[in-house]
Amino acid sequence: MTTTGTTIRTGATRGAAAPAPCWSCHAPVAAADLFCAGCRAVQPPGGADHFTRLGFEPGFALDAADLDRRYFALQRQLHPDRFVTKSARERAISQSQASSLNEAYETLKNPLERAVYLLKRMGIEIDPGDGVTIKDPALLMEAMEMREALSEAADTAAVAKVAANAEAERKKALEAVAAAFATLNHDATRTTVLRLKYLTKMDDEIRARRAALRTVP
Amino acid sequence: MTLLQLHEPGETPLPHEGEQTAAIGIDLGTTNTVVAIADQGKPEVIRGEKGGALIPSVVAYAPGGRVEVGETARRRLLDAPETVVSSIKRLMGRGARDLKELSGSLPYDLAPDDGGMVRLTVSGKRLSPVEISADILRAAKARAEASLGRAVERAVITVPAYFDDAARTATRDAARLAGLDVLRLVNEPTAAALAYGLDKGVEGLYAVYDLGGGTFDISLLRLEKGVFQVLATGGDAALGGDDFDHAIAERFLEQRRAAGKLAAPASADAKMILMTARLAKECLTEKSDGTWSVELGGAVSRHALDVAALEKLIQPFVARTIAISAGVFDDAAVDPKSIQGVVLVGGSTRVPAVRRAVEQFFGMKPLSNINPDEVVALGAALQAEALTRGSDNLLLDVTPLSLGIETMGGIVEKVIERNTPIPVAKAQEFTTYQDGQAAMAIHVVQGERETVDQCRSLARFELRGIPPMVAGAARVRVTFTVDADGLLTVAAREGSTGVEQRVEVKPSYGLAEDEMARMLRESIEHGRADMERRLLIEARVEAKRSLLALDAALKKDRLLLDAAEYAAIEAEIGRVNAAMSGEDRDAINGAVQALERAVTPFAQRRMDKAFAEALSGRSLDSVAERMEAGAKKKAS
Ligand SMILES: [Zn+2]
Repeated sequence: MTTTGTTIRTGATRGAAAPAPCWSCHAPVAAADLFCAGCRAVQPPGGADHFTRLGFEPGFALDAADLDRRYFALQRQLHPDRFVTKSARERAISQSQASSLNEAYETLKNPLERAVYLLKRMGIEIDPGDGVTIKDPALLMEAMEMREALSEAADTAAVAKVAANAEAERKKALEAVAAAFATLNHDATRTTVLRLKYLTKMDDEIRARRAALRTVP
Repeated sequence: MTLLQLHEPGETPLPHEGEQTAAIGIDLGTTNTVVAIADQGKPEVIRGEKGGALIPSVVAYAPGGRVEVGETARRRLLDAPETVVSSIKRLMGRGARDLKELSGSLPYDLAPDDGGMVRLTVSGKRLSPVEISADILRAAKARAEASLGRAVERAVITVPAYFDDAARTATRDAARLAGLDVLRLVNEPTAAALAYGLDKGVEGLYAVYDLGGGTFDISLLRLEKGVFQVLATGGDAALGGDDFDHAIAERFLEQRRAAGKLAAPASADAKMILMTARLAKECLTEKSDGTWSVELGGAVSRHALDVAALEKLIQPFVARTIAISAGVFDDAAVDPKSIQGVVLVGGSTRVPAVRRAVEQFFGMKPLSNINPDEVVALGAALQAEALTRGSDNLLLDVTPLSLGIETMGGIVEKVIERNTPIPVAKAQEFTTYQDGQAAMAIHVVQGERETVDQCRSLARFELRGIPPMVAGAARVRVTFTVDADGLLTVAAREGSTGVEQRVEVKPSYGLAEDEMARMLRESIEHGRADMERRLLIEARVEAKRSLLALDAALKKDRLLLDAAEYAAIEAEIGRVNAAMSGEDRDAINGAVQALERAVTPFAQRRMDKAFAEALSGRSLDSVAERMEAGAKKKAS
C-alpha cells in the first residue's frame, strides 16, 4: 500500500451562507448558528474554514490568548460532555462539531500549521509529506551545519546549545513569516514558511536526541 | 402515600430521593477500587460497612461458583490462593505474551489462548479479564446501592491516561457486563485534577504524577476558569507498585535459591510471595527495616530487608517514571520547574523514594492533601454529576498514543498524532499499488515507533470490491475517529469511481462480538439477582422512612390514640421491623401496607386536629405562611 500523504478534512459541508433546515424541527437555521433558535437542537458543523469557525478574519497574526478564549467558549457549548443525556443523533452531531473545532484550534494554534493552511487557501501547496525538499542553497547549508552540530552533540549540555541556536533561528523565521504575509509577497511567504518548516522539523530531531540521551544510563 | 401525610406539612423526616437513578464515579484500580458520589459539587467516597474506602481489586472464585470480591477475597489468598485473582487490570486488553513473569511462573493460571485477549483458568472456569473486572464493578455498584438505598445504573469510570484502545474497550465492556451504563471513560490524572481544581480553585499549569499498582501516568494540564485542558500526557500501562513487589519477591526467591530451598514456585506460591513482598514494601514506608518469612512447600525462609536495599531494588522503576515525565515536558516545551504545582495520585506515591524523586524533578514539594487513593474516584464522581446534571466546568483531554496505518515495508503512517485533543476525526488517502487490485488490507496500529512490529496492532480489515483500475488510480479514504472516551473507530471508502463501499471496524483486541453477547446473556441472570437485591434494598429504605415518619408523629400526637389503638399500631410496627430483618421484599411491602391501613384513622385525626388548631387561631400565622410558601413553590 502506498500513501499519497495528503490529509483530508472530514465533516459534512453545508452551504457557505444559505440557511439550511434544522434536522430536528425543519425551521431555517442560519449557516453560522450552532443551535436551532426554535428547538435548541445542536446543528452539524458545516464546512466553515478554520478561521471562520473560531470567529477570526483569515490572517497570520493571531493573539494566542484570544484563540484560547474563543475555543474554550465554543467547546463549553459543543463538547460531547454537554450532550451525555441527549439523543444519539445530538450526541453524534456534538462529536463532529467538537472534532471540527479541535481541528481548527490545533491548526491555528501552531504558527507553522497556520501558515501552511493560509498558503493552501491562497492555492500554494507546501510540499506535503515528510521530506522537506530544500532548493534554497543557503537554507541547505544551514540545515547541514545544524544537523552536523546535533549529531556531534554527545551530552545534554551540547544538545542544549544546539537547541538554543535553533530556537533563536526559529523565532527569527517566525518574524520573517509574519512580515512576508503582511506584504502579500507570495514568493517570500513560501520561502520563509519553508524555512520555518525546516526549523520545526529540526526541533523534533533535537527532542528525539534528548530522549535518546535520557534512556542511556 | 398515607404515611407521608403524617408529618407536618413542609416537614419531612428524610429527604425525598429523586426518581432518577444515581450516577457514581468509580476508580477501577489495579490494587484497589474506590466508589464515590457527588452532590452539588461536593464529592464523597462511599465507604463499606466497616468504614473503609478501598475495595481491594481481588476476586475469589470458589469451586462451587460463589464469587467474592474485596477484603473477603483477599483473605482467601491465605487458605485457597488458587481461587484468587488480583491485579487483573494489568491484563485488560492484553495478549498472553504481554504478561510479566515471575521466576518462570505467573501469579495467574493461563488458559490456552487463541491469540486474542488472555484467559485465566480459575476454579475450573475459563475467565477473561473483562469478566473478572465486571465482578469487581458489580461489587462497587452493590456498595453504592446499599449505601444510597437506590438503584445505580450510570457511572463515570476512570482509566489510566496511557491505556490503549484495547484496554479502554475492555473496561467499557466490563462495565456493560456489570449492568453499568458508562457515561464517560475519564483519564485518571484528569479526574484527579478535577478533584483538586474544583476544591482549591487553582489556576495555571499543573502536573499530575500518578503511580498506581500497575500503571504510571504523567499529565500536564492547564487549569483556567473551570477549564481543565490536558496539554500532554505520557506513561507506561505496565509500570507500577506491582513491579516493586515483583522486585522484592525476586530477591526473596533468589535468597531461597541460594539457601538451597525450592526453585521454581507454582502460581499459587507466586501469589503468596508477592503478598509478602507487598507487605514488606508497605512496612518500609514507615519503618527502616524488618524481617519477613516465606513458607513454600513446608520450607520456611526468613528475609531481612531495609529501606536502603528496597530503594536500590525499585530505583530503576522510579527512574523510568522520571524519564517518561521528562519526555512529556519536553514534548510540551514546558520546564517542569516552572509549573504551579504537582499532584500525587496512586498508592505507590506513598513510597518515600518516589516522593523524593518527584520533588527533585519538579523542584517543589508535591501536593497530596487529598488522599492519593481517593482523589481519582472523587474526580470521577464530580464528572458523573457534571455529565448528568450539567456543569460550568469543561474537561478537554487528548489521545495518549499516536494512531496510524501500516504502509509498504511495514512502515507506520501516522493518522492521528499523540496529544491531539479529542474528539477528533482525521482522514488520509491511500491508493492501490497493483493494476486491477480489488482489495486493500488495512492494518491499524497504535504507538510512537516508526515500524509496525514495534507498535501495538489494534485491528486488521480488508476493503473489498475496489473496481478494476490501474495502480495508483484508486482513492481509498481511511477515516480515524476518536470519541470523547478515547475510543477509536476506523472507516474506509473507495471514492474515485463514485462507488462508495464503507467498512467500519471497532478495534477489538479482546472480546469477539458473539462472546460479548454470550457474556451479556449470562449477566442477565446476574442482573435478575441484582434487580431483586436492589428492590429489597429499596423496600427496606421505604419501610424505614415510614417508621421514622410514624415515630415523629407519635411523639407529637400520641394522645390522639387510645390504649388499644396504640397497641395495634405497635404490633404492626413490630411486624414491619421483623420483615425488614428478613430477605423477603414482598413481606416488607405487605407489612408496610398493613401498617398504613392501621394508622389511617390516626392520620385523619391529626389532620383534623391541625385544622382545628388553625381555625382557633393558635397557629394561623404558620398556616398562612405555609400556604404562601406552597403557592410560591407551585409558581416557580
Ligand atoms: Zn430546530
